[in-house]
Amino acid sequence: MSIRRFALAATAVAAFTALPAHAQTEIQWWHSMGGALGEWVNDLAKEFNASQSAYKVTPTFKGSYNESMTAAIAAFRAGNAPHILQVFEVGTATMMASKGAIKPVGEVMKQAGVPFDPGAYVPAVAGYYTAPNGQMLSFPFNSSTPVFHYNKDAFKAAGLDPEKPPTTWPEVASAAAKLKAAGHKCPFTTSWISWTQLESFSAWHNVLFSSQNNGFGGLGTRLQFNTPLHVRHIENLGNMAKQGLFVYKGRGNAADATFVSGECAMMTGSSALYGNVTRNGKFAYGIGTLPYYPDVPGAPQNTVIGGASLWVMAGKKPDEYKGIGQFFAYLSQPEVAAKSHQRTGYLPVTKAAFELTDKSGFYKKNPGTDVSVTQMIRKTTDKSRGVRLGNFVQIRTIIDEEMEGVWGGKKGAKEALDAAVQRGNEQLERFQKANRG
Amino acid sequence: MEKRVRFKSAWLPWLLIAPQMAIVLVFFFWPAAQALYQSVLQEDAFGTSREFVGLANFERLFSDPGYLASFRITALFSALVAVIGISVALVLAVMANRVVRGATVYKTLLIWPYAVAPVVAGVLWLMMFASPWGVVSYALQAMGFQWNHLLNPNHAMALIVIAAVWKQISYNFLFFLAGLQSIPNAVIEAATIDGASPWRRFWTIVFPLLSPTTFFLLVMNVIYAFFDTFAIVDAATHGGPGKDTAILVYKVYYDGFKALDMGGSAAQSVVLMAIVIVLTVFQFRFVEKKVQY
Repeated sequence: MSIRRFALAATAVAAFTALPAHAQTEIQWWHSMGGALGEWVNDLAKEFNASQSAYKVTPTFKGSYNESMTAAIAAFRAGNAPHILQVFEVGTATMMASKGAIKPVGEVMKQAGVPFDPGAYVPAVAGYYTAPNGQMLSFPFNSSTPVFHYNKDAFKAAGLDPEKPPTTWPEVASAAAKLKAAGHKCPFTTSWISWTQLESFSAWHNVLFSSQNNGFGGLGTRLQFNTPLHVRHIENLGNMAKQGLFVYKGRGNAADATFVSGECAMMTGSSALYGNVTRNGKFAYGIGTLPYYPDVPGAPQNTVIGGASLWVMAGKKPDEYKGIGQFFAYLSQPEVAAKSHQRTGYLPVTKAAFELTDKSGFYKKNPGTDVSVTQMIRKTTDKSRGVRLGNFVQIRTIIDEEMEGVWGGKKGAKEALDAAVQRGNEQLERFQKANRG
Repeated sequence: MEKRVRFKSAWLPWLLIAPQMAIVLVFFFWPAAQALYQSVLQEDAFGTSREFVGLANFERLFSDPGYLASFRITALFSALVAVIGISVALVLAVMANRVVRGATVYKTLLIWPYAVAPVVAGVLWLMMFASPWGVVSYALQAMGFQWNHLLNPNHAMALIVIAAVWKQISYNFLFFLAGLQSIPNAVIEAATIDGASPWRRFWTIVFPLLSPTTFFLLVMNVIYAFFDTFAIVDAATHGGPGKDTAILVYKVYYDGFKALDMGGSAAQSVVLMAIVIVLTVFQFRFVEKKVQY
């Protein structure tokens, strides 16, 4: 061993042995925030750790939402799950059903003796993570909602008004036609087909995506997104695809990159894309509300949430739960929550954070950043509170598969939606059977 | 000719294979038994509730038309991967075997792809074929060919076959090269003196002598295509468009690791295991007889 290597090893050993001397309670936090969002998570932990000395939150990036959930499940089965796990909204029903594995946040806060008022949280967000008995199950952390992103430079070049994004689907189609005529190869695209074009589409037009209030009413929910309105919309998108006005860019959030790079001029996608576009996009960037069909009564209603929340795992020491409660209380502080909201484009967690951001003039200085908030904070109805389904990962993939048939011109909209509903219902039946007990 | 080796004591052969058997038991039989056990259970993701459901997981699989279609897709995919992978590697090995100057450089370059993880191979080729900015799709477009693996099933299948073949070529290449180098020069020289053309020399002398290698590689490539390619599919096509590139092992991976359906995923791996057992038995009983060692 060379001297230099020996010195390195010695410092490493010293560093590891020096840590436990403080007797801090460590709290493991597994998350899926990469890039700019990863820096945000690390900053939150750093600031919380600096604000007190009893607890130390250690964030660990565990890959995509799917990967971190799989890793946590494997760790749980082996008896060393993390304390806090970030889970995407699609996994909510799975987490809720795994009663022995999680500890409801409402209980954690009560045990920690932290003042906790569920009413302080933005209702449309907190409602999603609340059980029928009113207990908050997971901590709303990074909720987003689909909005309409557009490239103002491309609009200008095509002779469109850059300050007036299209608000209805017919307007989107005509704007896309102008962009195409001006030489744009990808006038409109979308991320998360199921989330933006079917789930949010349903809530936005105040129709149900699935029965039993989109799964909030119980496990007996069945899909019903094959109504004439849904068929009309998918048919419309299919026609746009045929004419080259809508260009399919793949599953999940694959389309995000094509908007940020300037390749696609308009996109429906997560409001949390804001941070990425302002950082990496080289064009004037605008945000509009999700388009709707003006002849549908009650439209537009409100959009549904996506993103993730923080779940607390079961079987930890009381002292550790105390620390988790303290950490959540810290994240809920108006200043902290407002800063997070402004930095990322995720929704504010609490009403106070929204008001603070509003008062500071942030929305006026950054036009468009309030779109996600106003879309969500409108009054929700039973049909628009959100979608909470079992086996949701599979159902979304089924929808992707069937819709690809439409974009490729191989299937009719009605045929594809009927097939998606039928195949998705088989998943729901199975989840219902497995979680009856 | 008597090939069997005779041991004087009865326990010595058992002792000699014991370390290997221990490894096989721990890393093959135990997981296989676990898969069998899990395939008759239904449990939630965290394993806090588990219920015996008999053959329900299998019934569900075989009543799913998408799963049945996946057999045809898998057969096509593994046939393409094995045939293309073996032929290209054979051509490369024959050429590398003839090179005198700089042979090591060629060999090293050809062996490189084997060190690449499947998921990286998938992403690599995806990048090259991503329209409109990928190198290959850009070139295709310049030639007037519209590449779209997102919506065209044939393009998607071509993409995963290319990525899978590229990754496996090194392995095939190494075995072919070793095989070629073990062919005695005297035999080929004799044929040359008799006036046989290079083409004829290859097909009547070299290739028959390589047949054990080719057969071995055929088995290995089919097993590779069946089991090791889920990461390539996941990175390149996600099984799309529709379910047109959803090969059997991809669905095992997706249902188990992404959708957290342990029972269904275990049932599929049992089916896959059965297929490979049948294939291997079939190959060794019927195909091996035609192979000269």
